[in-house]
Amino acid sequence: MKGIMMTGFFQNFSDAFYKAVIKDQRYLAYLDGLKITILISIFAILIGIAIGLLVAVVKVSAVQRKELWIFNKICNIYITIIRGTPVMVQLLIIYNLIFTSRDTNALLVGAVCFGINSGAYVAEIIRAGIESIDKGQMEAGRSLGLNYLQTMKEIIIPQAIKNILPALGNEFIVLIKETSVAGVIAVTDLTKAAQYIGSATYDILPPLYVAAVCYLVIVLGLTKLLNLFERRMAQGDHN
Amino acid sequence: MIITKNLKKSFHGHEVLRGIDEHIEKGEKVVVVGPSGSGKSTFLRCLNLLEVPTSGEVWFEGNNITSKNCDINKLRQKMGMVFQQFNLFPHLTIKENIMLAPVKLGVLSKQEASKKAEELLERVGLPDKAAAYPKQLSGGQKQRIAIARALAMNPDVMLFDEPTSALDPEMVGEVLGLMKELADDGMTMVVVTHEMGFAREVATRVLFIDEGQVKESNTPQEFFENPQHPRLKEFLSKVL
Repeated sequence: MKGIMMTGFFQNFSDAFYKAVIKDQRYLAYLDGLKITILISIFAILIGIAIGLLVAVVKVSAVQRKELWIFNKICNIYITIIRGTPVMVQLLIIYNLIFTSRDTNALLVGAVCFGINSGAYVAEIIRAGIESIDKGQMEAGRSLGLNYLQTMKEIIIPQAIKNILPALGNEFIVLIKETSVAGVIAVTDLTKAAQYIGSATYDILPPLYVAAVCYLVIVLGLTKLLNLFERRMAQGDHN
Repeated sequence: MIITKNLKKSFHGHEVLRGIDEHIEKGEKVVVVGPSGSGKSTFLRCLNLLEVPTSGEVWFEGNNITSKNCDINKLRQKMGMVFQQFNLFPHLTIKENIMLAPVKLGVLSKQEASKKAEELLERVGLPDKAAAYPKQLSGGQKQRIAIARALAMNPDVMLFDEPTSALDPEMVGEVLGLMKELADDGMTMVVVTHEMGFAREVATRVLFIDEGQVKESNTPQEFFENPQHPRLKEFLSKVL
């Protein structure tokens, strides 16, 4: 009796798996979705770093130079809005409000939106990393005759990087998982692809399991990479 | 060499310096003493504009460094500073700490700076620490390296901001000894410290700053044996 149940389970499992992945070359749909997810993530990360760096530089230098207050204000508003609203709502607003033309490239919208979203978090990570460096370091650099930028480049940034990179890695892991809501603007990313297959086979769960495993593999791989990187840096750390 | 004119500094409405007029001549070793919170560190930090004075002027070698069109970075190259917390650069080796400023500012080539760093390490008695990192040094060694780092720019004056206050007692001597050698070599020095023995032995002049003003300025002998101001008498009775 028990044996029959076990074989039955495996029979069902392999059937479901066959239907969800192999039949009609459905794995290609996952791969296409995966490609979209990875593309959105990579572009969003690049845009996020660019925006984050810019915003962090403005915010850090505004402490010294009061005439930058207007830019500082703009950056603060940007960070407040982005961090205070859900990414899905941001995605829908940007898709419907800004990119209204018919032939909108949804993939581009996704990348830009997630990039803008990530930029706010990246900015705060970089700013916190720079501000975590003891202010005596800046004073020591300046007292030797180095100017503000030279001191930043030679003394502050090299030390801040060690605080920034691990947090930045985490942010990217979060970002990759967050792209799973990209489906709401008609982008067929990995999650959406899994949903389509689920509705085609009238069996919703197995494709979602497949998608989950895909995300897990990406995130675990990235985590491994980050750990390797951190260990590398720790070797050069003589503190 | 350094002149301050009616130097005032406030932090958030609290007046720390209430008008200081001081002339520091070339070759002088001025030791500044006073109770905590009296403004003596602020005074020192105003001399190289790490603190920007609220009003008044600071002149260094004939330049008004408090004026807008003065290149403070250029003048700071000639004013070495040593901090209470050492402020060595932890991501660089000892030798790189010393070489950084002369090389990046184009004062010395890499080879010249390397040679200079070795000479300075010899001078501060730590020639074997060139490749070490700051974390591997004791407090006294760190402070000696900080002095070497400042000397690498060939400054005309050295400012010391409580250089021994963060040190364990057994390490104070090695740092004061080095500072005394520096003084004997003719370096112009302004030293904020609580080390009365150092003031007595090395200073050419001692300043007593209290409540943001110079209350007394005299030779060490007169200063310690014949104090005039009642606040100074009270202060000396507590610390001696």
